[in-house]
Amino acid sequence: MTTVVEEEVVDLAVTPLRELNQRLHDVALSGEGLRRWRVVNPKGAHAVACGLDAELEVEIDGHVGYYCAGMNKLATVVVRGNASTGIAENMMSGKVIVEGSVSQSAGATAHGGLLVVHGDAAARCGISMKGVDIVVRGSVGHLSAFMAQTGNLVVCGDAGDALGDSIYEARLYVRGTVAGLGADCIEKEMRDEHVAHVRDLLAAAGIDDVDPTEFRRYGSARKLYNFTIDNAGAY
Amino acid sequence: MCGIVGLFAKSPEIEERLGVHLVAMLAQMSDRGPDSAGVAIYRDPVPEGMTKLTLYSPEIGEDWRAVASAIGGEVDSVRASHSVIVVPAEAAEAEGRVRAARSDLRIMSAGSVIEIYKDVGLPEVFAQEFELTDLHGSHALGHTRMATESRVTTEGSHPFSTGLDLCLVHNGSLSNHNTLRRMLRREGIEFQTENDTEVAAGYLEWRLREGATLEQALEGCLDDLDGFYTFAVGTAEGFAVLRDPIACKPAVLAETDDWVAMASEYHAIAVLPGADDARMWEPEPGIVYVWDRAAVA
Repeated sequence: MTTVVEEEVVDLAVTPLRELNQRLHDVALSGEGLRRWRVVNPKGAHAVACGLDAELEVEIDGHVGYYCAGMNKLATVVVRGNASTGIAENMMSGKVIVEGSVSQSAGATAHGGLLVVHGDAAARCGISMKGVDIVVRGSVGHLSAFMAQTGNLVVCGDAGDALGDSIYEARLYVRGTVAGLGADCIEKEMRDEHVAHVRDLLAAAGIDDVDPTEFRRYGSARKLYNFTIDNAGAY
Repeated sequence: MCGIVGLFAKSPEIEERLGVHLVAMLAQMSDRGPDSAGVAIYRDPVPEGMTKLTLYSPEIGEDWRAVASAIGGEVDSVRASHSVIVVPAEAAEAEGRVRAARSDLRIMSAGSVIEIYKDVGLPEVFAQEFELTDLHGSHALGHTRMATESRVTTEGSHPFSTGLDLCLVHNGSLSNHNTLRRMLRREGIEFQTENDTEVAAGYLEWRLREGATLEQALEGCLDDLDGFYTFAVGTAEGFAVLRDPIACKPAVLAETDDWVAMASEYHAIAVLPGADDARMWEPEPGIVYVWDRAAVA
């Protein structure tokens, strides 16, 4: 006997975006309604499934525009396509999975949760991240993890120029080449605990064919003026 | 903000309905640029030795037949405030005749295939007034403008002509355009507005005049232009795209067996047939991309 999991299907070709988001918010407010949702025909719309605050599972069939799953809390959002600027920006918790590639500022300022990108991420991936875990199957563009405060960024491919510029306490793991490190970002020793850490992050992302020992670790040298006041004059 | 769209037809069906697709894309970019809009469309080449001019007159009800006869040409078509006039002369001669006969008219484009139409107002309204859905062609660029650096006028709208059959559209803003304009004026490049994009267009015109290839001229932008930009350049054969190295301004490209498209945001591409299954990518910063007949054949 097969179990049929009931789901709400919302077609954005006929349903206004605000109505979709309101209905998703209503589940959090009322505690009632189905937990599984499927969104079809997103056609690059902005702000799809933003501000969710309940343990929902939302699957989006197609490409989305800016700020998809922004401010996400508790929910799992899966994009079966590409996402534009600011996917999962300011996420608090939950999970956002993109099967395709994402544009710039993925996971920007996100406080928690897990963002998985199976394709590439463009410039400024994880900019100002504040606790989120980001796992990118492909490569990331320039200025990724700029001013990253805390959290983890795992890149299975390459990183663009100025990686981790002005970084605070976030941990960066890159398997491929790094085009260049940003100000105050340095390579650090990859100890056993870090390999275990990468293994856990890859497992959480559902990636089991990438060897965690192949990664290098990068982080803050703690020499910028905010760490070392003697250097303030240099700015 | 501004919106850019570009469409290159790879099949006769897309060529035939190029205007319809272009207008649909342009309408999607309305929220990025509601101030004014414009298109460059490449269609109906004129025979060698002839020049196709797009002229703009601020006068309502301009007598285009009189204009055509004053410059020894024939009216091909009239769309709102613009007219395409074909002149049996080389471009420099044809443009000279316009300046001599009617210095109040603006030459929007010159070449053998290009036509440029642009005006202030909402993109959808512009497209209706200029009856753009009628147009067929091999490829086209479009722009929706949210003005930052200069006034909202027809002349300040995009695309800007950068030479014969060439044009430029721009999303972004340039900060060293006054210095560059002074330099380019000394080199004999003429400017009609205080607009920053016109300076970028003039820069390309100057580099091409000095012998650079289109790729070299665009690569020169990386050194000589200070500011933010995604550029799309229309040529007789196709189009080119360049994003500045910081790459704040968006661009997405997509390709199917029937077309190559470029837009500021994907939803402008989503209106094209087969978009869901298109190969799609974001152009890398600081790299010149070129599509033309040779590249996609």
